[in-house]
Amino acid sequence: MFMWIIKRDLLLAVRRQSDVLTTLFFFIIVVSLFPLSVGPEMNMLRTMAPGVVWVAALLASMLSLGRMFSNDYLDGTLEQMLLSPQSLSLLVLGKAFAHWLVTGVPLVLMAPVLGIQYDLPVEALLVLTSALLLGTPVLSLIGAIGAALTLGLRGGGVLVSLLVLPLYIPVLIFGSGAVEANMSGVEFSAHLSLIGAFLLVTAVFAPWAAAWSLRVSLE
Amino acid sequence: MLQGINLACVRGDRELFRDVNFSLEAGGLMQVRGPNGSGKTSLLRMLCGLSNPAAGEIRWDNASIRDLDGEYYAAMTYIGHLSGTKDDLTVLENLCISSALAGFEIGIDQAKEALSRIGLRGREALPVKVLSQGQRRRVALARLLVCKTPLWILDEPLVALDVSAVKLIQELLERHLQEGGMVVMTTHQEIDITAASTTQLHLA
Repeated sequence: MFMWIIKRDLLLAVRRQSDVLTTLFFFIIVVSLFPLSVGPEMNMLRTMAPGVVWVAALLASMLSLGRMFSNDYLDGTLEQMLLSPQSLSLLVLGKAFAHWLVTGVPLVLMAPVLGIQYDLPVEALLVLTSALLLGTPVLSLIGAIGAALTLGLRGGGVLVSLLVLPLYIPVLIFGSGAVEANMSGVEFSAHLSLIGAFLLVTAVFAPWAAAWSLRVSLE
Repeated sequence: MLQGINLACVRGDRELFRDVNFSLEAGGLMQVRGPNGSGKTSLLRMLCGLSNPAAGEIRWDNASIRDLDGEYYAAMTYIGHLSGTKDDLTVLENLCISSALAGFEIGIDQAKEALSRIGLRGREALPVKVLSQGQRRRVALARLLVCKTPLWILDEPLVALDVSAVKLIQELLERHLQEGGMVVMTTHQEIDITAASTTQLHLA
């Protein structure tokens, strides 16, 4: 069941590759704009790199949130999911996981390449990538709540950013904090552990909250 | 057995209906009738648990459907105005995935057989977006062939269907009723379905 929903969403993503590619290219372009505008100031670039990459990742992940449930809502498949004998929370978890595979994983894979533009040392690139690997699923999970709450509302896209971006702040702080800690020679594992803890908490609570919001939105 | 007790529906500050009572036994057909805007779809959405009645209770085998939750959904198939098919997936993928979501995992052969029975032979590999309205409707209705649930709730199932498809659906409904199934449906078309018991519910 869980596998079916993931399979379905991945199949849809393969049929509509433009959706996946726009998110990825948005991320690449936003991250690349900064070195171009700031100029070749290596020290400044190195300090701002983690923050810029993380903010770009948040925005890119936001960009595709609107589509998480709205297409299914419009063609009636969401209705059918609500009427499934399986637990709706599990379905939402599956959808959030598929969303992460489609939008989060490409960002994680691209981040080390983009980090080179900021002259990050190899070790910092690794920390950045692992922080993103732990943090991006949190973005998809929290985003699922926002997407479910704003389902069917006019101007839902803007509203979802207002709802969800503040909730992304802890991940942003510890995500970029891990890289900064590594570059200034401090132990960074605490930061990663905290992001891991966020991941576990959201994996338990976000699907439940999003499932509840979906039932309210569809009533 | 499906029972509705003193159901009421309020949309905004307008009351669509109140004190609607009915009881549907195995093998029974209930046709919900009424002019546009009388609350037929609202009633069906309540019956399948998508929305809550403003007052009253819906019972399935003497237990409130609110308490049954998943157990009730496993016994019910709802086909609404929206087809519930994905435009980018093929006909076959749509049927396999939608029935899996409904709790019935079917093989390719079973899905192909159902599709040829509903008149979509040779269209299995086409994406749904290239199909006509009537064919899309058939894809949605094909679920009735593979999901063996006792209660079917159908909102205007005959819209956009041609004469042969209407006949096919009629036969399908009759067989389901003979086997002890239950059907709640709305339609504006005249259709003659023989059933052990037929209830007409008129919403003013």
